[in-house]
Amino acid sequence: MDDKASAGVSMDSRVAGVRRETAETTLNLRKKSRPGENVIQGFLLFCGVLSMFTTIGIVLVLGNESLHFFTNDNVSITEFLTGTQWSPQIGQFGILPLLLATLVTSFIAMLVALPLGLGAAIYLSEYASPRARKILKPVLEVLAGVPTIVYGYFALTFMTPLLQSIFGKDTVNIYNMAAAGLVMGIMILPLVCSMSEDALSAVPRSLREGAYGLGATRLETATKIVVPAGLSGIIAAFVVAISRAVGETMIVAVAAGAGPNFTLNPFASAETMTGHIARISGGDLSYDSIDYNSIFAIGMLLFLLTLVLNMGSRRLVRRFREVYE
Amino acid sequence: MTTQDRYTLNARNMSVFYGSFKAINSVNLDIERNKITALIGPSGCGKSTVLRSFNRMNDLVPSARVEGEVIFHNQNLYAPHVDAVEVRRRIGMVFQKPNPFPKSIYDNIAFGPRISGWKGSKTEMDDLVEHSLRNAALWDDVKDKLKASGLALSGGQQQRLCIARALAVEPEVILMDEPCSALDPISTLKIEELMMELKQRYTIVIVTHNMQQAARASDYTAFFLMNAERAGEIVEYGPTGDLFTNPKDKRTEDYITGRFG
Amino acid sequence: MDAPEEKPTSGLPHGAAMQRNIVRRRRKGTVLRSIFLGSTLIGLVALAVLLFTIINDSFGLVALDYKVDPATLSDRPLEELSRDELVVILQDNISSNAFRTLERTTPMAQRSEGDVLGLVLERVVKQSVAGTWSLTDSLLNRSAIEAQVAAESPAATLKFRSWLSGGFLTTPMSSNALIAGVRTALFGSLWMIGITILFAFPIGTGAAIYLEEYARDNRFNRIIQTNINNLAGVPSIIYGMLGLAVFVRLLEPVTSGRVFGVEGSNGRTILSASLTMMLLILPIIIINAQEAIRAVPLSLRQASYGLGATKWQTIRHHVLPGAMPGILTGTILAVSRAIGETAPLIVVGASTFIVSDPDGPFSKFTALPIQIYNWTSRAQGEFGNIAAAAIMVLLVMLLTLNSIAVLIRNRLSRRAS
Repeated sequence: MDDKASAGVSMDSRVAGVRRETAETTLNLRKKSRPGENVIQGFLLFCGVLSMFTTIGIVLVLGNESLHFFTNDNVSITEFLTGTQWSPQIGQFGILPLLLATLVTSFIAMLVALPLGLGAAIYLSEYASPRARKILKPVLEVLAGVPTIVYGYFALTFMTPLLQSIFGKDTVNIYNMAAAGLVMGIMILPLVCSMSEDALSAVPRSLREGAYGLGATRLETATKIVVPAGLSGIIAAFVVAISRAVGETMIVAVAAGAGPNFTLNPFASAETMTGHIARISGGDLSYDSIDYNSIFAIGMLLFLLTLVLNMGSRRLVRRFREVYE
Repeated sequence: MTTQDRYTLNARNMSVFYGSFKAINSVNLDIERNKITALIGPSGCGKSTVLRSFNRMNDLVPSARVEGEVIFHNQNLYAPHVDAVEVRRRIGMVFQKPNPFPKSIYDNIAFGPRISGWKGSKTEMDDLVEHSLRNAALWDDVKDKLKASGLALSGGQQQRLCIARALAVEPEVILMDEPCSALDPISTLKIEELMMELKQRYTIVIVTHNMQQAARASDYTAFFLMNAERAGEIVEYGPTGDLFTNPKDKRTEDYITGRFG
Repeated sequence: MDAPEEKPTSGLPHGAAMQRNIVRRRRKGTVLRSIFLGSTLIGLVALAVLLFTIINDSFGLVALDYKVDPATLSDRPLEELSRDELVVILQDNISSNAFRTLERTTPMAQRSEGDVLGLVLERVVKQSVAGTWSLTDSLLNRSAIEAQVAAESPAATLKFRSWLSGGFLTTPMSSNALIAGVRTALFGSLWMIGITILFAFPIGTGAAIYLEEYARDNRFNRIIQTNINNLAGVPSIIYGMLGLAVFVRLLEPVTSGRVFGVEGSNGRTILSASLTMMLLILPIIIINAQEAIRAVPLSLRQASYGLGATKWQTIRHHVLPGAMPGILTGTILAVSRAIGETAPLIVVGASTFIVSDPDGPFSKFTALPIQIYNWTSRAQGEFGNIAAAAIMVLLVMLLTLNSIAVLIRNRLSRRAS
């Protein structure tokens, strides 16, 4: 112990001057107040919390105006949810025609987007060469970046004439749900494709190699091993796609027609929930009218519908991640 | 001489937890001034955790918690009133992988002084940069390309840049977390020579998994091992020469003679 | 291979049967592979057809009919006349009563040249469109079209017209498709987007920094994160309704500019639209910025902390510069979304007919997508043509923005490495 100490002393003596000084002027390690840091942190917290106010705002606004709507003498919730006629002029507020039109257009859109989106995802993830992927993926993304009003124009000026030339002008109304739905499907295709492809490429290589090792063909590996393994991710993509279709406004506002219509005929004109909100609020709307309140009730239903779908989808994605990460 | 003069850092019954898991069990360690102290032991035994506890880098891990005391200038670094930012300015750190900022060599060095409220002139900063680079034995390599990116240097040069960067804020202690593990043997040797130079003015604590390095370059060595609960503990601590030639503990002997995994 | 030697130990096919099995499976594989490829190509074909439709409608023949031939009014083309000359023509050719009415609504001295030209065309020339044809039709069936025009409206003249032109960009809105332009809408969109970015970029980046760098993993912050993810999926029209109730109505004194001393406006202003758009694109900006911040290596932060930097110094000097390319790219993507959004603007009340340029955040305004919507919903052929031309303008704007995003990303990431 002694020799160590003396070594220490001899070492110390060379630099002792410097060190003593710092040791004597007692070092202050106390927390400094840094007001700048606190102001910044406060601002950042505000930014983070602002999103909460957005949600609260949406719920309050929709809830409050809906409440005005439902407390009106002409309206009852049962009638709202079960009535098959929506004509505010005569005090009929049944949501079903609007809801049905939303479901029909969304269903047609899904008929296009789901199979094509999944097919494209399987192609890109299992078949395409890296070079082909590098070209195909950005092009599909361009499709996702086109504004929906442009799709609306496309539905009206391309899809509707096309349908009319196939099925006849008498069958296909100039405004119809089929054209809107088909074009909406094209719009949603890239979303389904990219989310499904994420799910497929997250399936570990080892699973694919296992299948090849048993003599499976590429197709069998893709459809019997990879797709089932990525299924919850794919379903999540489907659910988000439905939510997107339900909330889509401009295509249906332009191409599906104005005026509620309780029908399942895809070639008939019928107004969806979003289309109705857009048309009513686009006109000269008096803030105290029941029309004004009514669109918020529709908005509330729309909000809840898409919220449930989106939350369900994210839960599926999370479960999928837990399996493979 | 007093304890305060002889030792820079004293860990007293220091335990570190990650959540409810105890990673380090009651470490007592006195780090002598102007010496190189090496922390050795098998991987996963918590050497780096101990090192990071010396300048409160563990604060950055949300679940980490330190019990016990680390005394520096008669003050417990973990006392509630102590400012972690100030601690890190006094006790610098060099990391396992060289991590220069994606800025010029000059700006890498100047960053620390600037954020600490540097008031000097441009020429004084130039001097400080040169001085720091000279002390890190890097000046001759880079004096003509101070504006070049720090990332353009070789691995060994990058690590010396990180050391120079640490020196520029004038710390008392430099903690080095396996500073040579990502470097080739020649760069390693250069860093070791540099450490010998630096200990004239600084106290150095180094974590290494390389026993030869500990034996070559350090004055004191602490040997860590996981106990039955998988928490790191000090098995033996003493002058490097004693520990390597005449270990008191059977487990130390096993480790240094390679009979241990 | 000969099957008989093999011992059939199980139900598995052997020999020739196995060969057939494999051939069949391979054929099935090839068929489905083509189907998968087909699905991918349908997307590309759809994009091509979409672009083709728009270009096809933006150019083509137009048959113009007049009650009064413009050549009888002036020896120069009407478009080249000054405002005063046009006013004279107008005065000479309509009843003094009608002229006084026009003067009363807006004095001639205050009207723009385009406006007066519109009046001349509408009241004097009584120009009308007898028919329009698409680009392909115009090129392939020119003679048939000429015959049709000659038969149906013998007075009409047939001209090839590019609906997308310099004049289209610089003239304001008009109810006459022949002289209508997107100037007002373009300015409206630019003002709106500018103010949106002004709010959304700092707030979005700030929220991302908070969530990635400051927020501890507790219930409160998890709720914020979940909430942002949920907001990203809320239909845009719902944001419009929020904007209508909060910005247009509740905060009318602010958004109309009354508290700042601006009079004569209601809450349906550029500011209301911008704030609504901000809420709409914030989740997108935040989620992208979070990813960019997460990609900044931990070692950089540690190095900075190890030198005694405070949290904000570390973020300001190391995290933000490292994440900036990603944050900017995400912001530009979000902004392109906002430029094309139509539904929320309809709900917060963008005007469909407005001819004066917006002059600040408290102006009434119209926007490019609103104009497209407005023209698309009219039945007459020529409005379809100007809708297509306006879509071209919108798409070029988006293309420019996205190219800028790519440029920024390349430039900044090159500098960082």
